[in-house]
Amino acid sequence: MRSVLTIAGRQFRSYFNGPVAYIVICIILLTLGFFFWKTFFLFGRASAREMFRWLGLILVFSLPALTMGLLAEEKRTGTIELLITMPVTEAQVIVGKFLGVLGLYVVLLALTISYPLSVSTLGDLDWGPVWSGYLGLLLQGSAVLAIGLMASSWTSNQLIALFVALTLSVFFWVLDKFLALLPTNAASALQWLSFDYHFQSMARGVIDLRDVLFFASVIVFALAVAFRALEARRWS
Amino acid sequence: MSDVMIDARELTKQYGTVTALQNASFQVNRGEVVGFLGPNGAGKTTTMKILTCFIAPSGGTAQVGGADIFEDPIAVRELIGYLPESTPLYTEMLVLEYLQFVGKMRGLRAAGLEARLRRVVEETSLGEVIGKSIGELSKGFRQRVGLAQALIHEPPVLILDEPMSGLDPNQASEIRELIREIGRERTIILSTHNLAEVRVTCGRVLIISQGQLVADDTPDELAARAGKPRFIATLKQNGHSAGEIREVFSAIGDAQSVKEQTGAAPGELLVEVVPKGNQDLRAEIFQVAVSAKLVLLGLEQRGENLEDVFRQLTTGNGGASS
Repeated sequence: MRSVLTIAGRQFRSYFNGPVAYIVICIILLTLGFFFWKTFFLFGRASAREMFRWLGLILVFSLPALTMGLLAEEKRTGTIELLITMPVTEAQVIVGKFLGVLGLYVVLLALTISYPLSVSTLGDLDWGPVWSGYLGLLLQGSAVLAIGLMASSWTSNQLIALFVALTLSVFFWVLDKFLALLPTNAASALQWLSFDYHFQSMARGVIDLRDVLFFASVIVFALAVAFRALEARRWS
Repeated sequence: MSDVMIDARELTKQYGTVTALQNASFQVNRGEVVGFLGPNGAGKTTTMKILTCFIAPSGGTAQVGGADIFEDPIAVRELIGYLPESTPLYTEMLVLEYLQFVGKMRGLRAAGLEARLRRVVEETSLGEVIGKSIGELSKGFRQRVGLAQALIHEPPVLILDEPMSGLDPNQASEIRELIREIGRERTIILSTHNLAEVRVTCGRVLIISQGQLVADDTPDELAARAGKPRFIATLKQNGHSAGEIREVFSAIGDAQSVKEQTGAAPGELLVEVVPKGNQDLRAEIFQVAVSAKLVLLGLEQRGENLEDVFRQLTTGNGGASS
């Protein structure tokens, strides 16, 4: 466990030594501000739901930029060799890396708290859906990060990792957007696989165990695949 | 633990259809400094990656300090300090930060970590750059950071993949000195291309070629395999014919053959004297030249060197020397 936290801590701090994390966080906050305040006063409602709607989408597009280098860059520069030859298992490396980027994501989420806070000064804000919305963001974001880590485990090229992760996470987000064109059975199956479907119910204030389990399964699956990919190196 | 620290048994590694390593078996004892020699792509790095459990062999196995690389890779890694080829480090980190990270990963905590940090920084003379980011360091300093991270947990076994490559002669000699220092109480395997270096640093040499171990001996014995020493005398011609000069040197009792060699500067002669056994004939050559009133411009000993052995063993033409 200590090794996991040491790896996570190093990863987390290393984000602040380079420009990528700052750029990504700035872009996320600026885009969110733009979309949120553009329509906020038109609705005339003291609700943070619009923030969750936009943030859910923005994160699907932007988080892969934080995960692209996690393993790809270590493989490109060879530092992975020193990391793996320390007394750690591949599983500890994967979980450590995941927790490292998750830490940065939590910081990012904490920065957005200014939105519901400012809304609450303008009217009577119901904090219940805000907290469940944040739980939803945390879960959906973790799933996107896990997918990004998985993509990063497949290549030593950050750009490839970025595009694979983007494609996968956008695919899972967009799944429930074209359901009208499909037969009902297929539609409900696809809807169930969609990130946005599970996320939106949490943004409305409903915490359903099935939604939580859905994201948890995606995270575990993606991390397991990343573990396999990292371990496969030994036998290739 | 027995005295055998590294025990590799019939290690084989195949990458697809390419065989990088074939049935390599060797043992390294506690306190030995072993040089791993071979041309590029011979399998040195592959062997090191197998021993550090970064990759698994396709056949055979190895034990480090009694722990098997398949059964207990974590125990193996705990015993080893490893410096991979080209020293991959997190360039965005500060030297101190990085060493702290490695120390923690190696299970060191608080006061213990502090003490070990102080010690390795002193050993590797990193004091002046401790607060700099690794990316800013010169190659020599980076190499020392690489050694420092390998040493931080006081491993009984060190595996260093080309620790001297890319360093200028001053840096190389500092690192060599450091390795010799460290090697007094540890088992070290280091790979290198520099044969002169092996002679000063290593007590034993493993030569690997095309994935196979072709030699395992002390540097001196290996060098002796290259055949007899030869002595090359450079003489001022001063009107003497080559025949006369040959005759003069043939008078040396222990000389087996005397030949004139090409490549002399105008007005000079090169004569090669080969002894009957392994005798050092330099004194005799000098005395004979003096008594025959020949002017000796230079005298050198050749042949007994690792380069020749290395070339023979790794290019596949077994016997031919000189």
